[in-house]
Amino acid sequence: MTKETTPKEDERKRILKIAEVNPGLQYELSKAPGAEKLMQCLQCGTCTADCPIARFSGSYSPRLIIRMAQLGLISKVLSSDTIWLCAACFTCTDRCPQDLELASVLRVLRNMAVKKGFIPEALREMGSNVVETGSVYKVPGSRIRKREAAGLPPLPKSNPRRLAKLAEIVGFPKLIEKRGM
Amino acid sequence: MPESKYLLYLGCVIPYRVLGYEISARKVAERLGIELVEMPEFNCCGLPLDPISHEMMLILAAQNLCLAEQKKLNIMTLCPGCNGTLHKANKTLKEDRGLREEVNRYLKEVGMQFKGTTHVKHFIQVLVEDVGPERIKDSIQKPFNDLKVAEHYGCHLLRPAKHMDLDDPENPTILKNLIEITGAKCVDYMDETECCGAPIIGVNDKIPFQLARDKLNHIKRAGAQALITICPFCHIMFDINQPRIERAFGETFLIPTLHYPQLLGLAMGIKPDDLALKENKVDISRVLNLL
Repeated sequence: MTKETTPKEDERKRILKIAEVNPGLQYELSKAPGAEKLMQCLQCGTCTADCPIARFSGSYSPRLIIRMAQLGLISKVLSSDTIWLCAACFTCTDRCPQDLELASVLRVLRNMAVKKGFIPEALREMGSNVVETGSVYKVPGSRIRKREAAGLPPLPKSNPRRLAKLAEIVGFPKLIEKRGM
Repeated sequence: MPESKYLLYLGCVIPYRVLGYEISARKVAERLGIELVEMPEFNCCGLPLDPISHEMMLILAAQNLCLAEQKKLNIMTLCPGCNGTLHKANKTLKEDRGLREEVNRYLKEVGMQFKGTTHVKHFIQVLVEDVGPERIKDSIQKPFNDLKVAEHYGCHLLRPAKHMDLDDPENPTILKNLIEITGAKCVDYMDETECCGAPIIGVNDKIPFQLARDKLNHIKRAGAQALITICPFCHIMFDINQPRIERAFGETFLIPTLHYPQLLGLAMGIKPDDLALKENKVDISRVLNLL
């Protein structure tokens, strides 16, 4: 379990260092499905004001994340814990006056972070469970016996060979590999 | 009466931790003439892996949809997360030719093809659209008389609204109407449609607990004697985690939390044991006394 980090000093002061700006990145991001409308954000703040997570978090602000993405300042965003705090409740997505799919932008950023090797351990485990069993959880034997006792049908087992092949085709196993630390 | 036959899509979390939802939903479905068929090859809907790889999510969802197409059946889900993912993937793949061709190129490698011939519905949608309020009303044998409840939808059933087009996410009525058929009355409470916080519990458990605590306080203040859920994750937060939340904040809620089919089943006269009420963590005797 990762601890919520407080925003870094320079993030709090909103100091932009020109060397950290990657202006081409906004265009790269805008091509990803779900992030097409990234540049339409007006920074009105509806998302953060209505975000149930932001209410209790000292660091999570969808509005700030979107602004940093627009400015190409995402290397910090990608390595931070905050992008993993979005619960994908879609409240911001439904209320955004600019029709920006914020939850999808967050997902695009998370996918980018994973490619760079930043992935919460709980998520890595879920990924590996799915490839192995078709389910994100390993259902313990006691639960299986309870099912049988209750007269419930056996659980679906997926088609492991087909699943493994498809996962390989989309390059999934590599994304959840433990990298040398 | 239209034929009501579905492939049951259980998803991962219900058999792992929320067995009472499955047992009660199966029981109620059987009584109301909804035929449920098993599909042993189903895998995870894809939602939990979307943060890792959007492509992997699509492939997982598409596989499940293809299996239903092969069986020439529609899918009935219990979990709003699975429902949202499968429904949205189905809709997007039907509408977006480019994406469909891309996904079908992958699927071809395993001898599958997405055609777009199946539909995905959540259990409560099946209740409303296939069975209908009138027939549900006819099945009620022991209506609740003095029971006031709060309802909790589960975000993914209604949001994002433009993909789900089931009900107004800011003022939903679909579950409320189903609850009132049982004789129970729904109370309004603050931040009713807000997320329970469960999705991020693997990354941060402090925030979800604070969120759920606030909601439980609002529900208690509104005078609800029970909470009704239709999402396994909401149920974990409000029932399974309720004693932990009480301990963490030194507060007492004691709000019995029932899956909707448990509430409906009781009003239909089904025995509590057949609705797996023993699985519920928070004591539900107060609710049973109001039957």
